[in-house]
Amino acid sequence: MKLNLKVWRQKNGQAKGGFETHQVVADEHMSFLEMLDVLNQDLIIGGKEPLAFEHDCREGICGACSMVINGRPHGPNKGTTACQLHMRSFKDGDTIHIEPFRAASFPVIRDLVVDRSAFDRIIESGGYVSVNTGQAQDANAIPVEKNQAGESFDAATCIGCGACVAACPNASAMLFVSAKVSHLALLPQGQVEHENRVQSMVTQMDKEGFGACSNTYACEAECPKEISIENIARLNRSYLGASLSSK
Amino acid sequence: MSWFSKFLTSSVGKKLIMSLTGLFLIIFLLVHLIGNLQLLADDGGESFNMYAKFMTSNPLIKMTSYGLYFFILLHAIQGLLIWSKNRASGGSKRYSGGRPLSTWAGRNMAGLGTVILVFILLHMWQFWFQYKWGEVASATYDGVEVRDLYEVVRHAFQNVGFVIFYVISMIVIAFHLHHGFQSAFQSLGLNHQKYTPAIKAIGTAYSILIPLGFAVIPLYILFAK
Repeated sequence: MKLNLKVWRQKNGQAKGGFETHQVVADEHMSFLEMLDVLNQDLIIGGKEPLAFEHDCREGICGACSMVINGRPHGPNKGTTACQLHMRSFKDGDTIHIEPFRAASFPVIRDLVVDRSAFDRIIESGGYVSVNTGQAQDANAIPVEKNQAGESFDAATCIGCGACVAACPNASAMLFVSAKVSHLALLPQGQVEHENRVQSMVTQMDKEGFGACSNTYACEAECPKEISIENIARLNRSYLGASLSSK
Repeated sequence: MSWFSKFLTSSVGKKLIMSLTGLFLIIFLLVHLIGNLQLLADDGGESFNMYAKFMTSNPLIKMTSYGLYFFILLHAIQGLLIWSKNRASGGSKRYSGGRPLSTWAGRNMAGLGTVILVFILLHMWQFWFQYKWGEVASATYDGVEVRDLYEVVRHAFQNVGFVIFYVISMIVIAFHLHHGFQSAFQSLGLNHQKYTPAIKAIGTAYSILIPLGFAVIPLYILFAK
């Protein structure tokens, strides 16, 4: 299949970027990233600079691949990362726009690569549980209710890719932060530090310059892990509760 | 910073203010509509004028009305501040080759809200200010002399241009309410599969019925009276 690619090229964060047009011949069984590998091979052979894009596991669990394909973070398929998107989702002769995630807190490093270390700093501010070293505890020593465990796991499937921020008209990180707060809050181990966690993570999120949630729910629609906005509601009430009751 | 100001200036706290003031204004709309429906009564404006008199002289309602003005301003100013902050977050940039999955109203609450604010200011000038300080004829019912607000309203609604502006404003309010109603509950932290479908359904019905109720009045006066 022949494709017309309109890819975003930008030398660095300060440079003014723009779309560049390339033709590529791909196979419909290729993943989207394999198609970009073909493009890069063509560029290298032609003596041009290859397109910079992030990738790691290529099996939809690491959250490294981050690009907007035809206006949609991770492309047109629901609950799918860019690396798990296959060219059979496109037609021969299609024009495909490929852009980086856009948000002030995700500055472009080069082409499609953006700096998502703001997410790391949010996790550092509280997205963990403190565990003393020593012998590992019996796995079933702390009882966890079945539904809670399920809900916690659903939130924990967040891979921190940042598609929620990219999809949000306000570049809000609420879906990410709420998933991280929720998966810990729903387990007994996470309860211990819950109040401090929710406050420091929201404070760090605001400090990083992410926008406020205006409940458009574009994040939920675009999330490759289909994280529910019920988590955002939980974050809202947890933050209120923590502000009222924490020491 | 005290815990209270820290809460109110956080992105979550700001949205809570939007939610609580919004819910207050949602309830106000219903009360306002029930009062306005008396304009449809075929009694030469008596029930409406007596109601206007009651609403402007009862001390409890007067107090509530000052709260209302404050909440309208707070909702508008806070909303515009959030809008400006959100724009600075860089999310307003459009992507090429696709359209967003969010609703149009959800993305344009600030624009819709600004139209509503202009409408409210005009509305206050035209009816509230005229009633309080303008030259308004009197009407007498059972020996009680009241200002004839009914006549002011009837006169305003004879103007086709104004009626069109009024009806368009109600459509804008419908869109604003449609997003705002369910959004208010989400910001309060109330989202659960047990009741969220009901909140959304009630919100949709409310956002159609309330503006429709308001819009019927000028249309009725224009065409039937």
